[in-house]
Parts: sequence; C-alpha cells; structure tokens
Amino acid sequence: MVAPVVYAGWMSVFRERSSGLGFGGVERTFAGLANYSAVLADPEFRTSFLHVATYCVLYIPVMIGGALGLALLVDSAHARAKRFFQLAFFLPHAVPGLIAAIIWIYLYTPGLSPVIEWIDGAGGSWNFFSPANSLSSMVNIAVWQWIGYNMVIFFAALQAVPREVIEAATVDGAGAWRIAVGIKVPIIRSSVVMTVLFTCVGAIQLFTEPRLLSDKAQALGNDWSPTMYIVSKAFIDQDYAGAAAASLLLALVAGALSFVVTRIGKRWQES
Amino acid sequence: MSTQTLTSRTTERSTGTPPVPTTPSRPRAPRAWASKTAVNAVLIMLALYTLMPISWLLIAATKNRRDLFATGGFSFGEFNLLSNIHEVFTHNDGIYGRWLLNTVIYAVVGSAISSLISVAAGYAFDKYAFAGKEKLFGVVLAGVLVPGAVLTLPMYLLASKAGLTNTYWALLIPSLVNPFGVYLARVFSEGYVPYEVIEAARVDGAGEIRTFRKIALPMLAPGFMTLFLFSFTASWNNFYGALVMLNDKNLYPVNLGLHMWNISTTESPEMYSLAITGSLIAVIPLVIAFLCLQRFWRSGLTAGAVK
Repeated sequence: MVAPVVYAGWMSVFRERSSGLGFGGVERTFAGLANYSAVLADPEFRTSFLHVATYCVLYIPVMIGGALGLALLVDSAHARAKRFFQLAFFLPHAVPGLIAAIIWIYLYTPGLSPVIEWIDGAGGSWNFFSPANSLSSMVNIAVWQWIGYNMVIFFAALQAVPREVIEAATVDGAGAWRIAVGIKVPIIRSSVVMTVLFTCVGAIQLFTEPRLLSDKAQALGNDWSPTMYIVSKAFIDQDYAGAAAASLLLALVAGALSFVVTRIGKRWQES
Repeated sequence: MSTQTLTSRTTERSTGTPPVPTTPSRPRAPRAWASKTAVNAVLIMLALYTLMPISWLLIAATKNRRDLFATGGFSFGEFNLLSNIHEVFTHNDGIYGRWLLNTVIYAVVGSAISSLISVAAGYAFDKYAFAGKEKLFGVVLAGVLVPGAVLTLPMYLLASKAGLTNTYWALLIPSLVNPFGVYLARVFSEGYVPYEVIEAARVDGAGEIRTFRKIALPMLAPGFMTLFLFSFTASWNNFYGALVMLNDKNLYPVNLGLHMWNISTTESPEMYSLAITGSLIAVIPLVIAFLCLQRFWRSGLTAGAVK
C-alpha cells in the first residue's frame, strides 16, 4: 500500500527536480542561470505577464461581479425557477474550454454569426477581432464559461447565511437591496476573495482562448500569455532550455500565488 | 428552518398586509410585483446569454454549407443534420471516431486509474504510519500549489528524452499523478472510513490489500466519484498538454482534432460544418453527463470552496 504513495511522492519530487536539474543543469551545468536571466530580460516574456494582468483587470470585476449579482438575484425572494436558472448558468461549464472558444470564435465571425447580424440590424457595427476589441472578445469567452460556476459557489455560500439575521433586518425595515449589500455580501466575502484568488491562479495559465483567438486576431501575436510564450519559445525558436527556464519561472509565480491563496484561506478558517 | 422562513415569507407576500399597520398597503404590492418582474427579467436575459451559443451550435449543425452562410444564425435552412453527422464520421477515413475513442482512453481510463491511485495514496496517508510521512505529504502539498499546466513543457522535455512523446503514454502518465487528488482523498478517508472498521477487518484476518479493496474502497466510493469527475474535466480541457505532446493525428483527442479542423477553415470554408457538427457531437455526452451527475459536482464544488 506504500507503493502508490511513494510513487506519488516520488513523482511529484521527480517532476520538479527533473525539470530544474534535468534540463537547466544536467545538459549545461552552469548555463542554467544564464537561461533564466535571458528569459527575464526578454521584454516579450515580461509583457506576457502584463497582458494577463490587464486581462484580469477587465475579467475579474465583470465575472466575479456578475456571478455575485446573479447569486444574489437567485437567492432573493423574487426569483422563480431557481433550479432551472442555476442549471442554465452552469451549463457552459460542461463545454470543454477549446470547444467553447471555437463556438465563440464562430459567433464572432462575420457571415456565420447571429450576434453580428443583430448588431448590424440595430444599426451598429463591431469587429470582434480588431486589436482594440480582441481583449474584450477573449474576456467574454471566459466570462461565459466561468460565471455560472462561480455563481453556484456564491449561491451555496448564501444558502448558509443564517435566515434569522435576514428576518431581523426585514423586521427593522431594510429593503432587499440593503440586505443584499449590507448583510449578505459581507457575510460571504471570504468565498468572494477566495474565488478572486483562484481566478488569478487560473488566469496565469491562460492558453486556450488567446491561442485560438490569435489565429483570427493577429494583433495578439504568438506569445500573448506566458504559456503561449513558452510554447513559441520551445517549438518556434527551438530554444528548449529557455522554454524550460520560463516554465519554472511561471511555476514559481503560480506556486507563490497559490501559496498566498491557501494561506489566506487557512487564516479565515481559523478565525 | 428554511421551509419555515419560506412559509412565513409567502404568507406575508400573499396576504399583502405589511407587518406595520400604519404603512399603506396599496403602493407596496405593485412595487413587489415590479421588482419580481425585474429580477426574473434579468435572470432570463442572462440565461439567454449562457444558452445562446449552445443553441446556435445546435441549429448550425443542421445546415448544409450554403445555408450556414446564407441563412440567419437562428433560422433553419434545409435540414441536413444527419448528412452532416455522416460526413463528420466518414471524413478522412473516419478519423473522428478514432479521436472519440482516444478521448475515452485519455479521459475515462486515465481518470479512473488516476482516481484509484489518489484514493489509495490518500488512504495510506490517513491510515498508516510510516517514516517521513508528513514530509512526504508536504511534498504532495507543494505539488498542489503548482498548477499542472505550468509544468507541461518540462514534462514534454522529459517525455521526449524517454521517447514517449507522440504515444498514448505522453498524455496518460502525467494525468495519473494528481497531488490535489491525493490531498482530497486523505480528507475523504479521514471522513468516511473509521479506524474501528479497519481494525475489525484485521481482527477477522483480512490482509491489508483485501481490507482496502473490500472495506475501505466501497466506503470511499463517493469520494472516488468526485475525484473522477475533477480529473475527467481536467483531461477533457487539457488542450495545452495535447497540443504540446502529440503530433500524430491518429493519437489526437477530440479537442485537438477539432482544433485542427478549425484551423483549416481559413483555407477551406467547407470545413466549418465539419467543425461545428463535430463540436456538437463532442459536447452532447458531456452535457448529459453533467445533468446526470449533478449531485457529485455540487458536493465537489462546495468541498473545494470550503477547503
């Protein structure tokens, strides 16, 4: 019974060691560090992090705000057919990320897309692939996939809000809006913050959506996100050592980020 | 408690009399009606947003190439769903069927084995004492912190050194070891399998492996299911790993194959209907599975959120 444990433990060590020592170190003993500094000095690598940061600035308020708003609406006494709405909002999450990206790209393609028909019909015009609009097109795909998922998390948290508190506030004359903003949101704020942090950890690995969009929206380029940078470094530049160094730097950032997440989560659990 | 609240709320609303008699009752009822309409209208709009792309896919899959571009997105053309499906499965000697089969191997077989390993490891971490246990578990926790996608390229380099790229193993082996699964399985094992049961089995003369297989594993079944679902979704979504690891079209999972079809639409627009119908066929089993397994993902989600 120890074998799978040792195997799992060994694999997780092995994975980290092999990537670090196996490729930064074994092949060229001291070239390891030079690769790191080369990658760090590469402006493309640094801008890829900047891209993810701008993405988060647009994506997180829309997605988390939307999910929170939806959860509050479904939780409110006025909502009907709560189960149906939860299912409808969650359904996009059953669609694999790649297929979601393909569907939305077709919905952005003139001639195919009913969305563009509607915009034209309303007298507007919109190019989803233009340099200025490609970021919002990407954010929309991600919002579509994740808003329902996070809404279900928030809704579960809202269900745990003690009903006496809300009853008391109602008796005191607070309206639905004031109860939502003044009582419900503060009570579930820990799950909101956790979701934000998990979303950031996910965003750092962003690959599918920008990769697919960049085929149509050329302005995004080959190395828009850190993972895209790593792939183009390895398979276009054929610089495996540099790609490995970039991977480990990304792993470091991602690891640090998730460490912060778990730390904050633990502190909340204790308090 | 919740039903109680519900009834008290409904009575309040249905009678229409506010708790404080001095407030006039007439202005309040229309306002409640208005906000009820507003709330449900917003919810319906958002449901339209979340359901629109899938319904468009459903309609687009019924059209032939000409109608796809000639008719409006949400109006039907000639009904060609069956011939589209036929074309998806016969194009390039039926490679799509092969991709579906590959996906089953990667996602179903891979997740089943990976969940089994996680459950066994978690169980061992929970129920056995061995030297360096907490240190080893620390390594597992460190593995949880670093998301798997980030290590895809190092994994590729390792696989190419071992000569495993472009084989089934290239995608299967990395998916087998899941640190988060081990962590979760330990929590499940703590919660589901009491020590007394294990002790009783030992006293009755069952060996360790038999105890695990016959006693602990059935008790861990719901945890196994949750892990399986997590791992299945991850495998389905693993476009990055497949893209990096595989070159041979015959080994592609369905998402990589669809990606290839999607890329070729820029040169040959007739590929659109293949890519659209192929996407639909790939999505439907997942949507059905999600609807059927609601109970499990709900518990999995909240477990993840509470953690």
